[in-house]
This record gives sequence, C-alpha cells and structure tokens, in this order.
Amino acid sequence: MKEKLEAIRKEALAKIKDIEEMKSLQDLRVAYLGKKGSITSVLRGMGKLAKEERPIIGEMANKVREAITSSIEEKQAKLEKDAMDKQLQEEAIDVTLPGRPVQVGGPHLFTHIVQEIEDLFIGMGFEVREGPQVETDYYNFEALNLPQNHPARDMQDSFYITNELLLRTHTSPVQARTMKAYKGEKPVKMICPGVVYRRDHDDATHSHQFNQIEGLYVDKDVRMSDLKGILNLFAKKMFGEEREIRLRPSFFPFTEPSVEMDISCKVCSQKGCSVCKQTGWIEVLGGGMVHPRVLEMAGYDPNVYTGFAFGMGTDRIAMLKYGVNDIRQFYMNDKRFVTQYHQA
Amino acid sequence: MLVSLNWLNKYVDISNMSPEELAERITKSGIEVDRIEYIGEANPDVVVGYVETCEKHPDADKLNVCQVDVGQDEALQIVCGAPNVAKGQKVIVAKPGATLPGDMKIKKVKLRGVESNGMICSLQELGIDEKYIPSEYADGIYVFPDDVTVGERIEPLLNMDDVVLEFDLTPNRADSLSMLGVAYEVAAILDQPLHLPEVSINEIDEEADQQVKVNVEATDLCPYYGAFIVKNVEIKPSPLWMQHYLIAAGIRPINNVVDITNYVLLEYGQPLHAFDYDRLNSKEILVRRANDAEKIVTLDDVERQLTNDDLVITNGEKPIALAGVMGGANTEVHDGTTNILLEAAFFDPGSVRKTVKKTGLRSEASTRFEKGVDPNRVREAGQRACQLLEKYANGKVFRGVVEYDRLDRSEKTVMIHTDEINKRLGSEMTSEEIADILRKLRFEYKQEEKQFTVQVPTRRGDISIFEDMLEEVARIYGYDNLPFTLPKHFSQVGTLTKRQQLMRKMKTYLQSAGLMEARTYSLTKEVYASRFISPEIQARNPYPISVQKPMTEDHQYLRLSLVPELLKSMAYNKARNEYNLAFYEMGNIFISDEEKITKQPNEEMRISGALTGEWVDHKWQGANQSVDFFVVKGILEGLFHYLQLPVEYKASELPQMHPGRCATIYMNNEPIGFLGQVHPLVQIEMDLKETYVFDLNGEAILDAHTHHATYDPIPKYPSIERDIAFILDQDVLAGDVKSLIEKLGSPLVKEVQIFDVYSGEHLPEGKKSVAYHLVYQDPNKTLKDDEVEESFKQIIDQVNKTFNAYVRS
Repeated sequence: MKEKLEAIRKEALAKIKDIEEMKSLQDLRVAYLGKKGSITSVLRGMGKLAKEERPIIGEMANKVREAITSSIEEKQAKLEKDAMDKQLQEEAIDVTLPGRPVQVGGPHLFTHIVQEIEDLFIGMGFEVREGPQVETDYYNFEALNLPQNHPARDMQDSFYITNELLLRTHTSPVQARTMKAYKGEKPVKMICPGVVYRRDHDDATHSHQFNQIEGLYVDKDVRMSDLKGILNLFAKKMFGEEREIRLRPSFFPFTEPSVEMDISCKVCSQKGCSVCKQTGWIEVLGGGMVHPRVLEMAGYDPNVYTGFAFGMGTDRIAMLKYGVNDIRQFYMNDKRFVTQYHQA
Repeated sequence: MLVSLNWLNKYVDISNMSPEELAERITKSGIEVDRIEYIGEANPDVVVGYVETCEKHPDADKLNVCQVDVGQDEALQIVCGAPNVAKGQKVIVAKPGATLPGDMKIKKVKLRGVESNGMICSLQELGIDEKYIPSEYADGIYVFPDDVTVGERIEPLLNMDDVVLEFDLTPNRADSLSMLGVAYEVAAILDQPLHLPEVSINEIDEEADQQVKVNVEATDLCPYYGAFIVKNVEIKPSPLWMQHYLIAAGIRPINNVVDITNYVLLEYGQPLHAFDYDRLNSKEILVRRANDAEKIVTLDDVERQLTNDDLVITNGEKPIALAGVMGGANTEVHDGTTNILLEAAFFDPGSVRKTVKKTGLRSEASTRFEKGVDPNRVREAGQRACQLLEKYANGKVFRGVVEYDRLDRSEKTVMIHTDEINKRLGSEMTSEEIADILRKLRFEYKQEEKQFTVQVPTRRGDISIFEDMLEEVARIYGYDNLPFTLPKHFSQVGTLTKRQQLMRKMKTYLQSAGLMEARTYSLTKEVYASRFISPEIQARNPYPISVQKPMTEDHQYLRLSLVPELLKSMAYNKARNEYNLAFYEMGNIFISDEEKITKQPNEEMRISGALTGEWVDHKWQGANQSVDFFVVKGILEGLFHYLQLPVEYKASELPQMHPGRCATIYMNNEPIGFLGQVHPLVQIEMDLKETYVFDLNGEAILDAHTHHATYDPIPKYPSIERDIAFILDQDVLAGDVKSLIEKLGSPLVKEVQIFDVYSGEHLPEGKKSVAYHLVYQDPNKTLKDDEVEESFKQIIDQVNKTFNAYVRS
C-alpha cells in the first residue's frame, strides 16, 4: 500500500509538472483527490491492514494528499500568473500615442496683468473702480486741470462724439468721479483698469484703443516719498525684485510735482540696448502728487488732504513683461498668439 | 528742441563733462534727453586748403587739376570734378589717409593719367544733411570765407566737433525752448556760473519813431508790439559760427538778416520778424483782428482766407503778416533789401494756437508764441537782433524802439516753508539746503527763518503756486534723494466688489469650459454696428453712435454687439489656417436712445462668444466632435448652472442667424441673449466656416445673481430611477415634454434627463422617439414603490394626452 501511495504521489507530481492549462489541473485534482480519486480508492483498502499499520498508512496518505494539493496550488498560482501576464501583455498600448486632448481655454494677457496688479493693490487696501468709456469733456479734461485751450490738450488727440462727449483718452476721469462720489469726506484709495482711446493710426507701437491702469490715494499726510515707496513695491512685484526704479521729474496737468518712473533694463543689464534706447532705463509709468486744483474741483480741501496718483499703459506693461513687439496682437486674437500666454 | 553743446558752452561751462553724463543729469532733473548726436568725427587729415592754381584736365572736360596749399612744404595736386572750383578759393581738403563718412578712404590715385593727392570736399561728403546746406553749395564744393587759416583743421570751423542733445520737452517747460533757458537750467543743475550775452548797440543819431507809427487795435491779443528800424543793411551770408549753430539746431541758413532773426529766436526764445521797410508802402504798423474774408499771401506763396479770429499785422490797410505765425510775401526780405523794420512782439498764445490749428502752419516761431514767451525778454531780444544786424549786416540802427506796451512784466510771488516742503515730500531738508536750491535756480527770495518769499522770474511761466515750487525744489534736490516710505494711515481693507468677483468667476468658468478670452475693438464699421444685436437690446431701439473724426471707416461706430468683431477675429484666424477656434469676450456695448446724442450712453456689459471647427480634435481614434449648437448650449447651461440661474431656451429667428438653429435665452420670461449658428450667407460674406455664437446680457446676469452659498444636506434616503421613451410627432419640442414632466413630477422628481433621441427605421414617418430618465427622491423618507408608480403613471398619461404621444415599447 505504501508503494501504491508513493507511486500515486510520483505519478501525480509528474503529471502536474506537465500541465499547461487550468482545466487539466482541475481534472487532475478530481482524479487524484476527489471522492472517486486515486487516493480515496487506495484508502478504501485500509480495512485490510493491521491495526497498528493503519495510522502509519493514514499519515502517509495525508502527506501524499498534502503534497499533491500543494503542488496543484502552486501550479494553479503559476497558471493564473501566466494567464495574467499574457492578458497584460495583450493589453499593452503604445504610450507614445497622444493623449485625448482637453479643450483648454485661458485668459487674455491683459486679464493676467490686470488681475495681478489688482491683487497687489487690494492687498494694500485699495479698491477697484470703473468708469464710463464715453466721457464728458468735463471729467476727461476740465476736472483734471485741463481747461479748454490748455497746451497739454495737444498731447491728446481725441475721438469726440459731440463737443461735450468723447471716448475717454485716459482712465484719469475715474479719479475725479471717485473723489466726487466720496464727497471730500473720506480717504480715497483706488485703482481703475480700463479701456481708453486716442486718435492714433494703428501700427506696431500705436493703437487707437488701448488700456490703462490708474491709481489714486488721497488722505491726510500723504507724501511724495509714499508714492516712491508704493511704486517701488509695485515695480519689484511686477517686474522682479532685482529691478531698480528711478523717478524723474515730468509734467502732467493733474499732478504737481509730477514724476515719470523708469525701471532698470533687464535685457542688457543696463549696459544699453535697443529696448531701453541705450539708456539702461525703461519708462513704465507716470504719476505725481494730485494737483490742488484737481482736489478742489472734486470737493477735497487741498489744505487738509494731499494725495498721489499714477497711471500706466497696460498694453505697454504687457509688451515689456512678455516681450510682445506688436501692440495690434492684443486685439487680433490670433490663436497662435493667445494660446502662448495661457500659462503666463 | 535741439541743443548744440558748443553753443551752450558759451553761456555755461560744460567742457569738463561728457555729453552722456550731461544728458543723464538733465534727464534726471526733469527734461528728457531723447538723443545724443555727434555732428562729426575727429578727422585730422581734413583741413583748409588754398587753391593756388586751377587748370583744365588735359583728358577730361569736367575735371580740373588744382594745386592746393594745405600748409605743408609742398602744395598738393588734386583733381577735382566740382563745377564751382576756382583759383583763389579756400576749400575743404581731405588729405591722403583721411576717412570720410561712408568709409570712403582717401588715397593717392591717378585720374585719367593725372595724379591726385586728396580730395576737395563738398559738405555732403562730410556727412552734413543736405537740408541744412546753403543752396549755393548744394551742388558743389564748399568755399570758406577768406579769414580762415590754410592748414587748419576743419572740425571747429564747420562745428563738426559739436554734439547735439535732443530734448523732449513737456508742455510746461517753454522756458527751455531757448538756449538761454537751457543755460539757466543747466547752470542750476551743475551749479555753474552763467554768462549771458551783453547787448549794446551803437544807435545812429536818428529816431526810430520818425520812421514808423505803431498802433494796436486788438489790445487783448497783442499787449506788446515793438518796431526797430535798421537801415542800409547788406544782405550776405551770416558768419560761419552762426550758420553752424543754426544747422545744429535744425534750421537752414538763408542770409544774414533771416539767420539773425532765427538765431535770436533760438537764443532768447523770442520770435522776431523782419519786414522790408521799403515794401511796407506806409509808415504805419497797425495790429488788429482780420476782417472776415480778408486775404493774405504768406511767405510760402499761399493765399489764405482770414477770419475775425486771426490776428494780423497791417501797414494800416492791408495785412502784411499773420501775427506770430507767418509773414506776408509782399513785405518779405529779399536780396535787394536795404532797410528793415524788425518786429518784436508778444502775441496771445490762444490766438496764435487758433490760427495755427486752422492753417496748419506750425513753426519754430508759432510754437513759442503758443506756449507764451517771456515778457521780460521781448524788447531785449529785439535789441539783441539789432546788435547783430549792426555787426554782421553793417546795418544802421535807429535810436529807440517804437512800441505799444501794455505788457504785464510783474513777477509772481510764491511762499514756501521748509516744514511744509518736508511734510509734502517726506524729506528732511534744511532751510539752508532750500536756500541753496533757490540760489542755483537764480530765483530771488526773502528768507525769514523757515519761511521763504520767492520771486519767480517771468521766464518760468510754469510756476505760480506752492506745488509748482515744491516740484522745483524737489527736482533740484533730486527725486533720487527722497526716501521710500509707506503711507502713515494705511488701514482700510481692499476687496473686489461682489460684481467684480462674479466677473472674475465667470471668466474662470468660461476658460475652464475651453474658451479663450479675446479682446476686440469697441469701434466698429457702420454695417457691424447694427448686426447681431440681442433681442432685448434691439427692443430698446438703440441709435448707433459715431465718433466725429474716425481714423478709418473700420473703426467709426461704437459697438452694439461684441459678436461682429469676434467674427472678424475668427476670419483673421481662418485666413491663417487656424480652423478650430473658441473665443469669448466680456466687454461693453454702448446704447443711446437719442437720435442726436446729447448725454452719455448706457454702457452695458455683454458676455459673448464665437466657436467654430473641431471642439474635440482627436483624429487617431476617430473621436472628433465638431462644434455644433449643443456644444455651445452645453457651455451656457454649465454657466447658468454654475451661477444657479434658471433660464429657458426658445427657438427664435434673429437677423444674421440661421433660422433653424437659433435660440433666444430667457430669464424670468425676459430675453437675456441668444445663441446659435451664424446665417450661412453671413458666413460666406465674412469668410467663415460653420460658426456658432452666443451673446449674453452681463448686466442682467450680474443683477440676478444672488450670492447664496448655503449647504444642502446630502440625501439620506435612496432614490428611485425610471426610464421612459415617448413616440412624439417630429415637431414636438423635447424641452416642452421635459418641462411638463418636471412640472407633473414636482416635488418628488429631482431630475429629468433626455438620454436618447431617435427617428428612422422602426418608427412611423414623421415620428421620433425621445427617452427620458427620471430620478425620484424624497429628502425625508424612503420612497415607496407605489408612490413612484402613481406619479410615473400620471406623467405618462398626461404626456400622452398633451402631446399626442405614446410610450415606445
């Protein structure tokens, strides 16, 4: 009987070794371990054995059973793994094929810049104001100390609609409107981004429509050094901490003293190049201390309140910051252009 | 303003600093130097030569062989082709070894067999711009006057060692439209002494007022008129130095009389005019307003029709000059002129500006009058010119000036206080520093401790109030020297308004939905101003608004819709082979209800978009999805869902839109925009492929949006789902059926979705099948089957009855 069991073990293990399919393995399990399997039929002959032999044979039969079972399980695991490997291999893809595209949109470059500036000034306690694009002559010029026949009106050739209405030539009227709205009673701290218009022929550096961002701070004890401090913060956040700023005296009818702000040219590291016209400096904005007549006309007592204002061309900032060389690109919406800046 | 540094150096010593350094100092003090121009390069091999002999070339008709003394042991033999070369001339000689502009190297050569050891040069060959070259030397070599020394280098003689700074003057700095003004500025910046010209005339023993009477009728426009009489002038070229300073300043030399008036104009900033005294035909000058329809022929030989707004100088009867703008041809100084009436006057800036605007005659003179000349320099400038006429035209200057004089020459007084200056600037200047700045500026002042009473000289007409002086002090102190500070009171909170926040959110949504933000022009062409106007705007009968003077027809009318210019951008892209486009824009339209506009139009924000081509472009798996009505509608549904605003879409026929693929969008039963396909004919006209647009009323959306962000608990009880397909007539709208289901199912039906639409095989002609997916839910309890069954059955019955439908089995 021992020999029989040993023969079964050998035979079964040998067969298992050669099995390649799960089905055959299942059949084999039934053939050897099932109720009508080989081992069972051997054990049926146990009754003929001596009493003391029975446990020995029983133990041996169990060992053979275990050996076959474990071998089957091993084989089963292997077959399963092989099957999985085969399936995975069949499922393999060419990972170099393109992904399914996601339709991605994005903001206009101006939105990038305006939001960045808005957020910067909101952080300093400014509010964002808007105003009409079709302005009255009063708010566009007179309230800003530009009376009829003022020589500085030469600088602003405007789109008039009637003698009294025009497309605003700058965002500055929003200053006057905001101060009027605050009735000379409380501090004004605002910036206003917006579209403006001038009678220019469209070319690479001129556009009849462009954008400005204007800032105004009116309060008690506002000093010119505060303007310097704020502009310095702005320039470094906007253009990089390594940039230097320089203020030069200038002229605007609505500020006195007036300034123009230059930032150091990063293209040439101030050695002089075509971008900075060999000067090492690039003009970015104008500003100054609000002219007392402007304060007065808006209802603020210039003996009590002082303030500063500044304004810059959004288009120009965008051109400087992103190296755009043709202002018309901002209004053509050329896909090859706009999609470049979505990650800006 | 072009500033010759050689000229400037006559008044202020700037010799110890480079032009670049000087330009930087001037720029930082408030006058931007735009450009630095070196007139010529040092060229030691170009000298004055004396033409000893000049013979015809034996083998060339147009060439001469000259022996030229250049101050060396031996004369140089030079072959010269200039028509005006002659024996006895002093000329410019480029010796062998010289390099002329354009990299022309001068060598010993043989010209038709004759040796030539250099070149006799024209001014052009030295690189001088043709427009500044006196006409007599335009076509040949330049000839020096006799008093130059043979062998001398030519740079100083021709002012070629000069450097010119171009100033970009702001409108307030009219003082720097003169060399003296610039000298004051530079002397202040550099803290250098100032050397002003000394004016002295040897008048003859005859009175000017015997020669002419001066009357001013338009006293408001001409508070000062001075007439000087200079007789026996000799018209000839002006001295070289003067010609060269004029050239450096961009003015072409003409003759001594004209050059002198121009020279004084540049030196003093005071325009002068010389009349030919003998051509006046009277002994009178009358300054008055022109009569309407009066005419004058100006120096440029154009007859000009005048009006009562123009100020004219007359001989008592007829206009002889357009005051401050241009002289008349009839009294022009010419080669035969011997006697001169020289005008030095103060004309009202506004009047000159008006005439300039009307005639377009902007000149060096009118520019200065327009900005206002210095009242304390008018007479002196006339005297300065007389001095020069005496010296360089051998003129006899009559005694005195015949004048009308009501000119206000008073100086303004401005009070400044050290503490106030520091308070405004944030600086810590001492009174001594302020006093020193005033001294540098050459402003007179009285000081009582920290209080200064400043007399502002009339040359600085831009300074009249404290803040003007504040800038003056600050700029000489140096803006760079002011500290960086932050405001003292800086405590407010800054936030975006709800409206601004919502606009940012909508942009974010539209961008995440795959649209690119566009910006287009507000000014559009006439035909576009009336297209794609949303129904609710059209209902207000808006009048298109035109600007008075458009730059082009393409940009003349304020837009009433963003769509036309967006479509233009689509066409622009298509022309560049970009076919898959999805743009949106948020911007204003301009609505006026007045045919003749008198008040500001309403500016209302629109949210518009245009899409074309492939929405999903995924060719290799055949998964392309072209843009169609439902792509666009899906984006808008998403937007309104995001904003939690219920809207309805109703089929509509709008102009410029495809009649079968267009919907008007309603919110609270009011139209707030539309979407759909552009009409195929408009697509053809604008060169577009199949293109879809939308346009939404941003104002209505911003107004309707209420900012409620309350939390809805997630349902605890399970939902029950039911699907049903109805067979409907083709013309029944799926949305109407959906609405009815929602109405009937309320409140238990939480959601109705259309998941299948079919017509064709297995369905009768003219029928379609639409399948709906219903989700039932009760937030408070678990629904029972029979509850749902009852509702579902009622829905089926009602839909069948209402739409003549039946359930597809």
